[in-house]
Amino acid sequence: MMDPAAERDDAITLERVDAGYPGTVVLKDVSFSVKRGEVFILLGGSGCGKSTVMKHMIGQNPVLAGTLRVAGMEWGRRTRAALCRKIGVMYQSGALFGSMTCLENVMLPLEEFTCLGRREREEKAMALLADVELADAAGKMPNEISGGMKKRVAIARAMALDPEIVFLDEPSAGLDPVTSGALDDLVLRLRGEKGMTFVVVTHELPSVFKIADRCAMFDKARRGMVALGTPAELRDGTDDAFVRKFFRRGEP
Amino acid sequence: MSFFGDIGRGAVARTEEIADNLAFIGESFAAFLWTVFHPRRFRFRDAALAFERAAAGGLAISTGIGFLLGLILAFQSAAALKMFGVEVYVADMLAIGLFRELGPVITAIVLAGRTGSAFAAEIGAMKVDEELDALATMGLDPVRFLVMPRVLAATLAMPILTIFGELAGLVGGALVLRFMNVPPVVYWNHVVSTSGAFMIMFGLAKSCLFGFLIGLIGCGAGMRTTESPGGVGEAATRAVVGGIVAIAVADGMIAVLCHVWGI
Repeated sequence: MMDPAAERDDAITLERVDAGYPGTVVLKDVSFSVKRGEVFILLGGSGCGKSTVMKHMIGQNPVLAGTLRVAGMEWGRRTRAALCRKIGVMYQSGALFGSMTCLENVMLPLEEFTCLGRREREEKAMALLADVELADAAGKMPNEISGGMKKRVAIARAMALDPEIVFLDEPSAGLDPVTSGALDDLVLRLRGEKGMTFVVVTHELPSVFKIADRCAMFDKARRGMVALGTPAELRDGTDDAFVRKFFRRGEP
Repeated sequence: MSFFGDIGRGAVARTEEIADNLAFIGESFAAFLWTVFHPRRFRFRDAALAFERAAAGGLAISTGIGFLLGLILAFQSAAALKMFGVEVYVADMLAIGLFRELGPVITAIVLAGRTGSAFAAEIGAMKVDEELDALATMGLDPVRFLVMPRVLAATLAMPILTIFGELAGLVGGALVLRFMNVPPVVYWNHVVSTSGAFMIMFGLAKSCLFGFLIGLIGCGAGMRTTESPGGVGEAATRAVVGGIVAIAVADGMIAVLCHVWGI
C-alpha cells in the first residue's frame, strides 16, 4: 500500500499492475507513481510495452491486474467522463480530424464540453495555437501541414480543456532532430507556464535527457519494469546490464 | 487435427463477429437515444456534409442507372407485348416495377457501392490513424460523433436519389415507347393511373429503410477495421457486401409482409 499523503502528490499511481491485452500479458507487476507537475518518461525499446502502459493510463484499455489511479480515480464507467476532462492525449500520428481545419480541431473539445460561445471558443483555440506557435496554420487542413506541425496542433488540442495531465505518445517519432528538439522545448515551456504533468512515451535518449524529471524503463525480455529514477541515475547509477547498454548505446 | 482446429477457429471468429455486430447495434441505439434527448449536440454540419456527398455526389449515377434500367426494361418487355399489340402496358409495368420495387432496390445497391463503402473507408482510415481513440480519450462517443450523422445522411439521401432514379427510368421507358409510336400523353396517363400516392410513398419508405441499413452497415464495417495493410479495403468490401445482402433480406421480408397483410 502506498502512503496516502504521498499519494495526494501523485498524478498517477500504478500498484502491481499487469499491462497488456485480454489473453496477453505484456508487462507484469508494474508499480510506480508520477508526481504532479513532473515530466515523466516511459522508456524502453520497441515493443517493450511502454505504449501499452500509456493506453492503460488514458483509459483506452483496462489493466489486467493491479490498481491504476489517475488524478486519484480509477478508470470505470462512473469516473470516465470526469477523468477524460483531466487528461489530454497526443497520439503518435497526431490523430487530427482530417475533415476539420487545425482551428476546428482545437475547438472541438471546447465545443463539446464547455458553454463558451463560438467567438470565445475561437479566441481560446487561437491562443492555444499561438502557444504552440501555429497561429498561422489555423485555417489549414491537417493534410496541408507537416508531421511536426500536426503534433503541435495535437498538443494544442490536448490542452484545450486545461487538463491536469498531458500524455504524449512518441512525440519525436518520424521527426528530424531539429523539429524533435523544438517539440522538447515546447513541452518544457508548457510545463513551466501551465504547471501540467506530462507523461511521454519515447525511446529517444536526447529527448529523455532534455525534458525528463524521472523515467520508468521497461524490458521486453523480462516483461517488466527494470529501472525507475532520473535519467542521470539510470545512466550512471545502475548495475542492470540492459539499462546500462540502453543508455550507453553508441558509445565505444 | 488441423481441420478441426480450423473449424473451431472459424466458429470462434464468426461468433466474435456476431457479438461485435450486436454490440455495435446496441451502441448505435444508445447513441440514437442520446441524440433524441440532446438534439442540440447532434453534429448537423457533419450530417449535412455526408448528405451532400451521398445525395449530390450520387445523383448522376443514380439517375443514369435509373434511365438505363427504364430503357432496358421497356425495350425488353415492349418487344414481347408488341406481339399482342399491347405495348402501351409497358408504362403500367414500369410504373409498378420502378415505384414499388426496382427504383428503391437499384438505387440502394448504387448507394451501398458508392456511399456505404465510402463511409467504411473513411471511418476505417480514421481508426487506423488513431482518430477514434482520440475521440474516445476526449470523452466523445465515436458512434454518436461519426455514425449518427452518416446514418441520418444516408437515410435522407436514399429517397431523393430514388425519386430521381425512378423519374429517369420513366423517361427511358417513354423514349422506347415513343419509337414504338405510343404518344407520350398516353404513356403518362397509364403511368399516373397505375401508380398512386400510396405506392410511391411505400417505395420511398422502403428506400429510407435501405438508406438506414446501408449507413449503419457501412459505418459498422469502418468501426471494425483492423490495422492490417488491407484493413480499410476489407472494411469497404464488407460494407458493400453486407449492404447488398441486407437490402435483399429486408426487401424479401417486406415482400412477404406485404403479401401477408394484403398490401
